[in-house]
Amino acid sequence: MSTEKYKVGQKILMKGNEALAEGAVRAGCRFFSGYPITPQNEIPEYLSWRLFEVGGVFIQAESEVSAINMIYGAAACGTRAMTSSSSCGISLKQEGISYSAAAELPIFYANVVRGGPGLGNISPSQCDYWQATRGGGHGDYRVIVLAPNCVNEMANFPKLAYELAEKYRNPCMILADGLLGQMTEPMKFDFEWVNLEQLPPKDYVLTGCKGRDRRVINTLHLDVDVLERLNWHLYKKYKEIEANEVRFEERYTQDAEIIIVAYGTSARVAVDAILKGRQAGLKIGLIRPITLWPFPKEIVSKLAEKTGKFLVVEMNTGQMVEDVLMFSNGRAEVYFYGRPGGTVPTGDEVLAAIRTALKKKAKIGEVCCLNEI
Amino acid sequence: MKFNKPTSMTKIPLRYCPGCGHGIIHRLVAEVIDEMGIRENVIAVVPVGCSVFLDEYFDCDAIQAAHGRAPAVATGLKRSRPETTIFTYQGDGDLAAIGTAETVHASARGENFTVIFINNAIYGMTGGQQAPTTMPGQKTTTNPAGRDPKLAGYPIRVCEMLATLDGPAYIERVSVHNVANVLKTKRAIKKAFKTQNDGLGFSLVEVLSPCPTGWGLTPLKACDYMDKIMLPYYPLGVYKDLTQPKTEVSVPAEIPDEEPAENKNIGL
Repeated sequence: MSTEKYKVGQKILMKGNEALAEGAVRAGCRFFSGYPITPQNEIPEYLSWRLFEVGGVFIQAESEVSAINMIYGAAACGTRAMTSSSSCGISLKQEGISYSAAAELPIFYANVVRGGPGLGNISPSQCDYWQATRGGGHGDYRVIVLAPNCVNEMANFPKLAYELAEKYRNPCMILADGLLGQMTEPMKFDFEWVNLEQLPPKDYVLTGCKGRDRRVINTLHLDVDVLERLNWHLYKKYKEIEANEVRFEERYTQDAEIIIVAYGTSARVAVDAILKGRQAGLKIGLIRPITLWPFPKEIVSKLAEKTGKFLVVEMNTGQMVEDVLMFSNGRAEVYFYGRPGGTVPTGDEVLAAIRTALKKKAKIGEVCCLNEI
Repeated sequence: MKFNKPTSMTKIPLRYCPGCGHGIIHRLVAEVIDEMGIRENVIAVVPVGCSVFLDEYFDCDAIQAAHGRAPAVATGLKRSRPETTIFTYQGDGDLAAIGTAETVHASARGENFTVIFINNAIYGMTGGQQAPTTMPGQKTTTNPAGRDPKLAGYPIRVCEMLATLDGPAYIERVSVHNVANVLKTKRAIKKAFKTQNDGLGFSLVEVLSPCPTGWGLTPLKACDYMDKIMLPYYPLGVYKDLTQPKTEVSVPAEIPDEEPAENKNIGL
C-alpha cells in the first residue's frame, strides 16, 4: 500500500484543489464524502482513488446534507474526515456543521467559493465571508476559518485545520475560491506524513462501550440550564481560540500611509498593486488575515491608531470590511474596493483605488466604497 | 420466572404515552442485543421524533442525528468502524419524509447497518401532524378533515419501495399490535442484526406501531385500527431476503379489496 507520495520540501507543480486533497490525506484524512459541484470537483475526484491507496473511505454522497452527516458520523468515531464543496453546497451543509459545533466534533471542510447568491456562477468569489465567519448555520457557534492565498497554502493548511479542529474539538474550514482551486503553481509540503497512530487518543469517540461506561454524542438539551451552560462553555472555548489562534501576514506596514486589508486571491492582487505603487513612491502596507475567524482584530486596531487609513479589497460588495470598520474603533478612514459576482480585480484597478483613497478624506465610522457603480 | 429489564437498557423509566409501541420495540431490540451478546459493540443512532431520548434508555454507545440523517451518520460510523454493530431507530417522518434521500441511498449502496423503522402513521413528538405514512382519511392536526389523497397525496410503502433496489439484503415489515406479531417482530429484528453481523449488507425492519395519543383512540382501539385499516394497506411480510443461499423474495399478497379507509368510521 503506497502512502507518502512526496517528500517534505520537494517542489511539485500542482492544481490547488488537488494540492488541498493530497494535503488532507498527508495530514491524516481517511474519510471523505462529498457531492459534485464546480469549481471544487478535483477534490473528490482526486480522493476517489487516493484514499483507497491509504486504506481510507471515499463516498460520493446523494447530497451535501448527507455528505456532512457522514462526516459527523466518521468524526464521532475519531476518524480524520473531511468534505468539500462550493458556496451553494456549503449552504446545504450548514445543518451538519451546526450539529458538529454543538457536539464538539472536529470536522474539517473546504469551501472553494463561487459567485452567488443563488446558483450564481462558477467563477472565483469571496461572497461567503459572512457565512464562514459567523458560524453559517443555526445557533450560537463559530468555526475556525483558514484562508489560503496560494497553492502552497492549499496544500499545507489541511494539517493545521485538523490540529486546530482536534485541539478545540470544533469544526475548522478552509475558505478558498475558484481561482485558488483551479490554478496550478509550484508548491511543496512543509510537514511530514502524519502518522495517525501517534496522535493522542480521543476520550469521546464511539467504539462500542467495551470495558468502559457508554458514551453518548448528543445535541438535544431540553433543560434550558444545561443548554445555557453548553453555550457558555462554547463561548469560553471561542474566546480561547480568539486569544491563541489568530494568524495573519503583515507586509510594509512600518512606513505605510495606507493599509490594504485583503485575504486569499484579493491579497495576491493587492500585493501586485502594492509593489507597483511602492515603485511609484506610494507608502502602502498590507494586512492579510490568514484566520478569518478568529479575525486579526488587534493588528487592525493597532494600525488604525498608527496609520489611520484602510483600504479593504474583497471579491464581494463588502463583508470583511465590516470587521475592519468594527476593529478600527472609530480611529481610521475605511475604504472599500470590491468586485462581486465572480470577477477578480486587477492590480491596476486596486492601485487606482489606492490612489483615490490616498487623496480622499472619508467620514470616520462609515465604509467609503470606491467602486463607481 | 422473574421479569427483568434487558441488560442493554438503562434504569431510566420510559416516558412514552400509554399504549405506545415504542416501549415494546425498545425492549425487543434490547433483548436481541442481549441475546446476541453484542451490547459492548453496538452504536445506536438516535433520531428526531418521539424516540429522540433513545440514548437515555439504551445502555450502549449512541449518537444523536439530525432529523432524517440517521442513515448518513450510520454510514459514517460503520465505514469508520466496520467491526461495530450499528443500528438506527427512526420514525416515519424521520425516515420517509425528511430523510427519504438518506434512506434510499444508504439502502442502494447496501450499507452494512440495520434500520429499525417505526411506522405509526403520524408525527407523535410534534403533536400529531400528517406523516408520509398517514392513512387516507386519517385525521391529523394538519388534516383536520382527514387525509385527502387528492390534496395531501398518498402514503408511502417503504418496504415495497426499497425492495425494488439491488442494495438491501433484508427487508421485512412486522407489527406489534398483538402478541403473536410482537414475537415475529423480535425474530425479524434479530435476523436484521445477524444480517449485518454476517456482513451481508443493508437490513431494515419496518414495525407498524400504535400511537393512541396521536390517533385519538384508546390503546385497544388503536390495535384494532391497525388490524383493520393499517395492515391491509401495509401488508406484513418479507420483502427482500438475500440471507439464504437460495434467494426467494416473498411478495406480499394483493391488498384486500376493501372499502376505502376514508369511508370507515373508526372514531378518528
